[in-house]
Amino acid sequence: MLQINNLHASINGKEILKGINLTVRDGEVHAVMGLNGAGKSTLSNVIVGHPAYEVTSGSITFDGKDILSLKPEERAREGIFLSFQQPVEIPGVSMVNFMRAALNAKRKYQGLDPLPAGDFLKLMRERRKIVELDSRLTSRSVNEGFSGGEKKRNEIFQMAMLEPKLAILDETDSGLDVDALRIVAEGFNKLRTPQTSAIVITHYQRLLDYLKPDVVHVLIDGRIVKTGGPELAAEIESRGFDWIKAEIGNSVTPL
Amino acid sequence: MKAEKQYIDFYQEVRFRLTSRSPEEMNLQREEALRTFAAKGFPSRKVERYRYANVEADFAPNYGIQLAPLSGTLPSHCFRIADAEPRIRALYNKVADTADSIVALNTMLCVDTLVVHVPKATRVEHPIQISNVLKGEQDTMVCRRILVVMDEMAEADIIITDRAASGNRFLTNQVIEVVMEEGAHLSLYEVEETHLLCTRYSNVFVRQGKNSTLHHSNLTLFNGHTRNRLDVLMQGEGSEVTANGCVIADKMQHVDNNTLIEHLVPNCQSHELYKYVLDDSAVGAFAGKVLVHEGAQKTSSKETNANLLATRTARMYTQPMLEIYADDVQCSHGSTVGQMDETALFYMRQRGIDEKEARLLLKAAFITEVIENIPLESLRDRLHVLVDKRLRGELSKCEGCKLCK
Ligand SMILES: Nc1ncnc2c1ncn2[C@@H]1O[C@H](COP(=O)(O)OP(=O)(O)OP(=O)(O)O)[C@@H](O)[C@H]1O
Ligand SMILES: [Mg+2]
Repeated sequence: MLQINNLHASINGKEILKGINLTVRDGEVHAVMGLNGAGKSTLSNVIVGHPAYEVTSGSITFDGKDILSLKPEERAREGIFLSFQQPVEIPGVSMVNFMRAALNAKRKYQGLDPLPAGDFLKLMRERRKIVELDSRLTSRSVNEGFSGGEKKRNEIFQMAMLEPKLAILDETDSGLDVDALRIVAEGFNKLRTPQTSAIVITHYQRLLDYLKPDVVHVLIDGRIVKTGGPELAAEIESRGFDWIKAEIGNSVTPL
Repeated sequence: MKAEKQYIDFYQEVRFRLTSRSPEEMNLQREEALRTFAAKGFPSRKVERYRYANVEADFAPNYGIQLAPLSGTLPSHCFRIADAEPRIRALYNKVADTADSIVALNTMLCVDTLVVHVPKATRVEHPIQISNVLKGEQDTMVCRRILVVMDEMAEADIIITDRAASGNRFLTNQVIEVVMEEGAHLSLYEVEETHLLCTRYSNVFVRQGKNSTLHHSNLTLFNGHTRNRLDVLMQGEGSEVTANGCVIADKMQHVDNNTLIEHLVPNCQSHELYKYVLDDSAVGAFAGKVLVHEGAQKTSSKETNANLLATRTARMYTQPMLEIYADDVQCSHGSTVGQMDETALFYMRQRGIDEKEARLLLKAAFITEVIENIPLESLRDRLHVLVDKRLRGELSKCEGCKLCK
């Protein structure tokens, strides 16, 4: 599904990603862990085409297609969804209009007619239930005045509406209370199919307990320095990152 | 004095024809208006309230001047001035700023006056719609005059629309005088959707009596050059005014809103909100003064001008002003000029919405607050649709007008 080769990316001339290699196959869940500032959000932003980042070398293909030349909206319509670490408030743009524009843009891309208003509202209702998002929230402006947790829940609601092939969850667990985390994670699992994949960025084990990643990566200073199974996440939870840094200290020779 | 000369010459040429068609109340004011206009000429940018206007250039082209009296059937409570009660007729030119040369030009050349008179304790159920459709084979100047008198406790909504049904140049010079007696409620809406070759000078003067409430909305959706002036004199205690406006402009459009709200007596409230969305090389100006006179205690006033510039070439001049000569007041004023929110744009694009559509949604969102301030629900709904069409470039010049069918 997603293939990243030797990806280098910088922002304002400062190199953040220093050669990322990552392959995500259909149906897989990959966790990405790493210290603050390691470049996890940068990686997700680069995958979805944030214009502030410059890809200096390497490639990203999605379902065999080179996506680096695609606009952010085209990548989204191809089926890549980012649950933002910090969702944006957009006063004056109603959730309904926002979701309608997003869904119909995707349908148009797929050669489908816009969804009739009645069906659209029905879909909103249905998908809202999956993450137990209050209808008072979907009748407001996008994220306006939402609490931190409500914003995260709203991200997964949007994901439920748009049914992406690849979902990137950037610290979706942060800000969610224990119950909300369970609801959102279970909602996410309900939406999974053998054809959908996910990259889950998190600092904690708890979300991964629900999502059961196939692979866990450790990202340090713009590189994936270690890859393992679910047990790696548990080890990081108990031991932190120092032992990994020590490991690479021995193997990586500075340029 | 070149631009002025053609108007003075024209007046002298048609003076007799004019006076033979108009009622005495109007004719009695013409000579004085001529003297004012001839003496002052078109205001230059040195005149405070015209700092952002280009009056001489706007009036310089050689327009044919329309001398037609009012036509069409008049809605209820509307009269040609000759048919109005004498005490109403007597109010003609008593509220307007007669020292202003644009007003003087209007007084000099106007043929007829539309009077809206709502009698005591009468509530006009349906909005009174005054629809101005500019049309003609040649470039035309139109002088329009409206006198609104709201007797005690009268209530009405008035919607004035400006449209153009032909593509040539038009210049509108409009003067609206409004007298509100005690306890009257008026919502006065002005909606302009003309075209790039239309120039509009609108001058609205209001006198508010005790406990009266005025809502004024001025919506410039499509235009060429527009200058809107609003002067409100709060003369009766307990009165309230809401001055609400929005501007959507792109290409080389120019919109200047200039307001003056005077609190003469205690316990009055004024709320002012103007929002502009400027794209391409559009130029916007807002200058609004709230003047709290000595003794106008317990005045409450809030003035806001917020602007969204979609390009680096669009320009906005903003000048909110507050002058206070009373000590026990609550007043605030401020303005903002901002660009498109890039984070919001990216968020929308990540959801699959293309950039153009995302920009459009943000612009519409910016204007929404102004539309939501409008108390008349049917108009609000219609304006949401019109704003959306406008931003999509689908606003046809003849939207809703049957003349071209
Ligand atoms: N506009 C910018 N200019 C310069 N440096 C930037 C800019 N944006 C981000 N960075 C830097 O890039 C690095 C990686 O940031 P990123 O947000 O990807 O980290 P992260 O791994 O997601 O961290 P966290 O766990 O705290 O979310 C940080 O050192 C950050 O300061
Ligand atoms: Mg991050």
